[in-house]
Amino acid sequence: MPEIATNDHPGILEPHFESLEAQHDARKMGMWVFLATEVMFFGGLLTAYTLYRGLYFSGFAQGSHLLEVKWGALNTGVLILSSLTMALAVRSAQVGKSKLVTIGFLGITMLLGAMFLAIKFVLEWHHDYVEHLVPGISFGYAGPHAAHVQLFFCFYFFLTGLHALHLIIGIGILLVLSVMAWRGRFSSQYYSSLEVAGLYWHFVDIIWIFLFPLLYLIGGRS
Amino acid sequence: MKARHIVPVRIYVGVFAALIVLAALTTGLAYVHMGIWNTVAALTIAIAKMLLVALFFMHMRYDKGLTRVVIIASLMWLAILIVFTASDEFTRHWSPIPSNWGPAISMQQKQ
Repeated sequence: MPEIATNDHPGILEPHFESLEAQHDARKMGMWVFLATEVMFFGGLLTAYTLYRGLYFSGFAQGSHLLEVKWGALNTGVLILSSLTMALAVRSAQVGKSKLVTIGFLGITMLLGAMFLAIKFVLEWHHDYVEHLVPGISFGYAGPHAAHVQLFFCFYFFLTGLHALHLIIGIGILLVLSVMAWRGRFSSQYYSSLEVAGLYWHFVDIIWIFLFPLLYLIGGRS
Repeated sequence: MKARHIVPVRIYVGVFAALIVLAALTTGLAYVHMGIWNTVAALTIAIAKMLLVALFFMHMRYDKGLTRVVIIASLMWLAILIVFTASDEFTRHWSPIPSNWGPAISMQQKQ
């Protein structure tokens, strides 16, 4: 392979960037622009949610009260903790710690992500299915405002489903990064992949920070 | 190469503790009945948590101006989407449809 005369960091610096700093900033900017599109991706659903929550508030509050606050709150804690371990994973590479430390933090982050999904699918979605609260598949709620409660559950499954999908993709990304870390691809000079994956992971955390009160806590609980 | 900002571990742990406290607060406040203020409180706390995550975990505090422009632009677009849609839908009843509009519409449908 021909050597590029001006490249001080062969193997890690792409030839079209003048420095690692510029490359790192460009990659981060790319992720931020992607996250801006993600805001709009969730934004469409959130706008529709805002509209129908305003129109059918009683139905939405009733639907919300059929969800278990304890699981939503626990999952909030799990995701916040995973954000901390993700930030520590990035930091460990940044300060040049052993690759085992980075892999360790990535591993804990993935486990917490998987724990979130387990609580979501096994304890919550399955329970909703048993209780006949899944529109289109098995919906049997017969109280007042039943149609609006059903609409609430449509939003609930679309929003949490889309969020869970993002989390599954995030776990996949961290898995790839763990392999890259194991092969010694990261150093205190070069860790932009970790940083960029961290931005994505924290974004998914922020989405949940909004979904928890919007879905579980409508109109207060008792 | 210019040294990048390294955030001390105690700041990360402090932000984590603050996030947990805010999560507990938002859950606790849901059991206090305040009517519309329940929603206001929940959203205020969610925005505070978002800021903590973005500023420290996502390093926005240490980032250059261009990153901030992208973040603020994305939130502006979201605000336009939600505010314009809501301001249409929730203000329609402010000006009732005149009763003589009915027949005109039905005539149009006959054509």
